[in-house]
Amino acid sequence: MSSQATPLPEEGRLRSLVDFYGTMMRTSVVSQLQYRVAQYFYMLGMVAEPVIYLVVWTTIARQHGGAVNGITVGQFAAYYIVWTLVRNMNIVFGAPFWEWRIREGRLAGDLLRPLNILHYDLAFFAGWKFVVVALWIPIAVGLSAVFHPDLHPSALEIVVFVAAIWGAYFVRSMFQATIGMLNFWTTRGAAVFDLYMATEMLLSGRLVPLKLMPGWVQTLADFLPFKWTFGFPIESLVGSLSTRSLLLGLGAQVMWTVIGYVLFTFAWRAAIKRFSAVGA
Amino acid sequence: MSTTASIIHVSELTKIFKVPEREPGLRAAAKSLIRRKTRDVHAVEGISFDIEPGEVVGFLGPNGAGKTTTLKMLSGLLYPTSGEARVLGHIPSRREKDYLRRMTMVMGNRNQLQWDLPALDSFELNRAIYRLRRADYVAMRDELVELLDVGDLVRKPVRNLSLGERMKVEIVGSLLHRPLVLFLDEPTIGLDVTMQKRIRTFVADYNERHGATVLLTSHYMADVEALCKRVIVIHHGRILFDGDLSSLGNEFAAYKTIGVVLEDGDARLDDYGEIVDRDGDRITLRVPKADTSRVAARLLSDHEVLDLTIEEPPIEDVIEMVFAQSR
Repeated sequence: MSSQATPLPEEGRLRSLVDFYGTMMRTSVVSQLQYRVAQYFYMLGMVAEPVIYLVVWTTIARQHGGAVNGITVGQFAAYYIVWTLVRNMNIVFGAPFWEWRIREGRLAGDLLRPLNILHYDLAFFAGWKFVVVALWIPIAVGLSAVFHPDLHPSALEIVVFVAAIWGAYFVRSMFQATIGMLNFWTTRGAAVFDLYMATEMLLSGRLVPLKLMPGWVQTLADFLPFKWTFGFPIESLVGSLSTRSLLLGLGAQVMWTVIGYVLFTFAWRAAIKRFSAVGA
Repeated sequence: MSTTASIIHVSELTKIFKVPEREPGLRAAAKSLIRRKTRDVHAVEGISFDIEPGEVVGFLGPNGAGKTTTLKMLSGLLYPTSGEARVLGHIPSRREKDYLRRMTMVMGNRNQLQWDLPALDSFELNRAIYRLRRADYVAMRDELVELLDVGDLVRKPVRNLSLGERMKVEIVGSLLHRPLVLFLDEPTIGLDVTMQKRIRTFVADYNERHGATVLLTSHYMADVEALCKRVIVIHHGRILFDGDLSSLGNEFAAYKTIGVVLEDGDARLDDYGEIVDRDGDRITLRVPKADTSRVAARLLSDHEVLDLTIEEPPIEDVIEMVFAQSR
């Protein structure tokens, strides 16, 4: 043996984390660019959902003299076209995919690395956003040409919207990861995931703008995380929220991100103990 | 063999898995809804050993012996049911970042590189994960690439590499942070002989250059013979042997082999021992260990002997004998 083993020196913690996010996001972009055509077809498929909602609500609005509950045809168009961007932004590492991660042995590999597992998913999907947003632009232009959205945001609304779509990303990441922990106890978590997604559809503004829901549903939505991942980011750009509501909305996103992170941390500790007990 | 200088210390380490089980059929299925039956599987039962810095130790055993479970406990992937494990002064199950930065585990059948990208992209990601300084990373990467001769491979998407090529770049990715302890779980599984040899040479070189401690499991005895002076043999979760590879035969082999070439090639040798091979003029006899000297002396006195060698049985046979004796 020629030399005594010594570890390599390390970079600083914060600098390394920033470096990791930059590197992982670049890796994600390069990885997604390998499948440009597949990405585009995926995007087109995803756009079908809001277009159906848009056509239905536009038809209803026209039958009611051009508006439903004060929302005009042009505002519906604006809502659902912005929806497509928000939806792309809040796609995260979904709860059911934790099962794949465990089954394929990827989790064991991730656990051997000195980094909180949330960072991998946050950084990878954050990089992915840059690809999908680039692909989304021509789709948004096409939809705008067909449906004529009524959209006139202020500078503040644009700034809040940019922050809010990332806020939506973080809130959704935390809660999907927390729900994903269920995979450590059962391989049949689909029923719970479906219930969660159905609740999200109704209470987030994904299916219907929350303004069209009964008052009690709107109140309920204010106290749950879902609205801050769909309805709020969309409303921040297309609605006429006061400055106070905009800032409170961003505050709510921070709060739900922290709550989600705390819930995830508790669930993760229990989950990993179970994983380590039954086999990796 | 416990000393304070041990880099890996294992004492009475035990792992018991609870495995659900039920009889087939509807009735058993209904019954299991009310009362779930489980069975305890003792994967590892109270094993103890110490490994000194820089040692390369072979961890041998048949499938299900407890090798991988032990390696997973030492790398922090599994919580022990009881007992103690310390590696580099850390308790592995705590998975402290300082510990994870100083060890690596390579699993021969697992891929941790980005599938669609060239390995260089994954290496770059590992640089960031392990917080390596760029200059150190580049030096280490280039050294490993040269040692494993993968300069042409690291620019190809991983999905386009053969199994052996993928294993080599996987090893590079796992060692970029220059770990002090390597857990290698079947690193040569499924590889052809040339590739196995290349990886063996590499592990020996890495150990020599960096003084790393290596715990290796492999079903290929050539790996063990080439790399490990010391072996730990485990079966049914218990250690059957811990010592020099060379003394394994003395302890467990019940016979030796005598190779002999006689002037009279047609001579009958059935009375001297079991004839296990006849290759041209050379005859190989298997004789009980205690009778070896006596049989050799008889051969020399009874025949015109042109050549005679006495050898330990192949290590594969010895290992089989170890397992057979433990049944």
